[in-house]
Amino acid sequence: MSTTLFDKVWDSHVVRSVKDGPDVLFIDRHLIHEVTSPVAFLGLKSRNNSVLFPEKTFATADHNTPTINQHLPVEDPLSANQLKALEENSAEWGISHWGLGHQQNGIVHVVGPEYGITLPGATIVCGDSHTSTHGAFGAIAFGIGTSEVEMVLSSQCIMQPKPKKMRINVNGTLGFGVTPKDVALFIISKLTTSGATGYFVEYAGDVFKNMTMEGRMTVCNLSIEMGARGGMIAPDEQTFEYIKGRQFTPKGADWDKAMDYWKTLFTDEDAVFDQELSFNASEIEPMITYGTNPGMGTGISQNIPKAEEVEGDVETYKKSLEYMGFSEEETMIGKPVDYVFIGSCTNGRIEDFRAFASIVKGRKKADNITAWLVPGSHIVEAKIKEEGLLDIFTEAGFVLREPGCSACLAMNDDKVPAGKVAVSTSNRNFEGRQGPNSKTMLASPLVAAATAVTGVVTDPRTLLL
Amino acid sequence: MAYDKFEILKSTAVPLPIENVDTDQIIPARFLKATERKGFGDNLFRDWRFNPDNTPKEHFVFNNPIYKGKILVGGRNFGSGSSREHAAWAVYDYGFRCVVSSFFADIFRGNCLNIGVLPVQVSAAFLDKIFKAVEANPACEIEIDLPKQTITILESGDQESFEINAYKKDNMINGFDDIDYLTDMRDEIKAFAETRPF
Repeated sequence: MSTTLFDKVWDSHVVRSVKDGPDVLFIDRHLIHEVTSPVAFLGLKSRNNSVLFPEKTFATADHNTPTINQHLPVEDPLSANQLKALEENSAEWGISHWGLGHQQNGIVHVVGPEYGITLPGATIVCGDSHTSTHGAFGAIAFGIGTSEVEMVLSSQCIMQPKPKKMRINVNGTLGFGVTPKDVALFIISKLTTSGATGYFVEYAGDVFKNMTMEGRMTVCNLSIEMGARGGMIAPDEQTFEYIKGRQFTPKGADWDKAMDYWKTLFTDEDAVFDQELSFNASEIEPMITYGTNPGMGTGISQNIPKAEEVEGDVETYKKSLEYMGFSEEETMIGKPVDYVFIGSCTNGRIEDFRAFASIVKGRKKADNITAWLVPGSHIVEAKIKEEGLLDIFTEAGFVLREPGCSACLAMNDDKVPAGKVAVSTSNRNFEGRQGPNSKTMLASPLVAAATAVTGVVTDPRTLLL
Repeated sequence: MAYDKFEILKSTAVPLPIENVDTDQIIPARFLKATERKGFGDNLFRDWRFNPDNTPKEHFVFNNPIYKGKILVGGRNFGSGSSREHAAWAVYDYGFRCVVSSFFADIFRGNCLNIGVLPVQVSAAFLDKIFKAVEANPACEIEIDLPKQTITILESGDQESFEINAYKKDNMINGFDDIDYLTDMRDEIKAFAETRPF
């Protein structure tokens, strides 16, 4: 029988199917961080449970860490306490812990792939909705709540109804200045933030085949922003090449055995999806958001749509534009900006910084812009230095910070002040996401760079010429 | 028992007729620094409820004393965005036991079910009826009958049935959760783990 990539991976992890209920799904890799795990460990204790497979859980601190002076004690006592809890809980149960200052510390969805924790055909969960990132490797990866974190700690399983399946095909060739981030924002703008709720997505077609692993991670990362639990891409030679030889990747005979399995991970030719959508790459231009959810995006050369052109409640739409201080039919290009943020699990990898550098090279940061450049990990940070990108940034008036989630969710001090406007390479433009009453426009590293050097929303294609 | 049993809930409702309410609004990230599940209700919808100087925002429904109750009624696509269970904790801690909407985001719905908050998905037309009934009479009561899987606007008698899988329904009625279920399965899970390639 023909099956999909998703079915192959899901079905092989079902320990038991509950009648008229969810599947008991075995989890191969569990990632934890300081914010969504402490209450799970408390629950474990209160029920007198233990961690069943400590070697399958990996801890890193990222959400609530400073991105400057990481060698100094964390000043905020609540944050320091949360970091301490992660360290102590990990030590108590024998879980590997990459805390602040550890060479392998970084954003959970950046370090997971870097160290080979992320593998094709695996089930991967984390108390973070952007766990969908790991789907780039052909894994079933999705975010969970804290109760489920406790479930995985105590039983290595969670209970989930099997989602429906959607395939999104993008064929053709991407235009000049169009990045994986634009592909994702384009798809979300077409589907809205709830268009894929209840589904698990497979991305297929030329565009994803030809995309780098880092680009695939950016696309899969944003699957949750259209409501999908996760998104995945069939593993190929590029995937195997990426993971080979990494710290936690199988070695020797185990690698050969794993490869035999991984090569079966594709959707059979006549497999059927519950929903299938196709787009042409030529429709996509550099994107930017104008509202307060990631579905409110448009091609950068376009104007803000009228309320009646958009699906959904008119009052909600108007409230959203009012928050941003925008009006229907306004043009996006030229809008004033105060902050630029490049980083996060969406766009905090080396290719993102290379893209940023390609535009700021030989130019200067605009005086009105405060810029935060935050690598996703120490590996990314080291590459930025090795490849000479840091020199380019310094020359252009930018400062590189230390790894962490930073202004993506603004739990630490990297907060955009009230009323200020940011162009951000992160994943969410919700009200106050980057700081109370701050305003966010989501975009690619190229758009962020173009904006950072001009001081206003700028089409990167005009600077790449 | 993981949480209080849920059978029949009869209560007035708090209406929030806004679409795409994301979990960053339900509980902003800066309030996620606790290491215990305590006090999240104080910060439920923090930035919609309070001005930066912590004075209440007059026009937000939570600050209008005529609206109260154990049922929160939200617009379509309620609970989108971040997976933070803190959002469900905040809803529960504030005193809600049920959230009604015409569409829920997946993770939020699951988180609610895991902690004893019942997500009730109704048709867009029924949601509209609830909003209108509560607007016309804030004291109007709504009854959620979980065993029968019905939601009723008591004043008019308007009723609709809602979906919930038999397993979760049974859990809610008995106050059980998935952790109880999985703990009983540990031996079966250990045997399964032996079969995994990595």
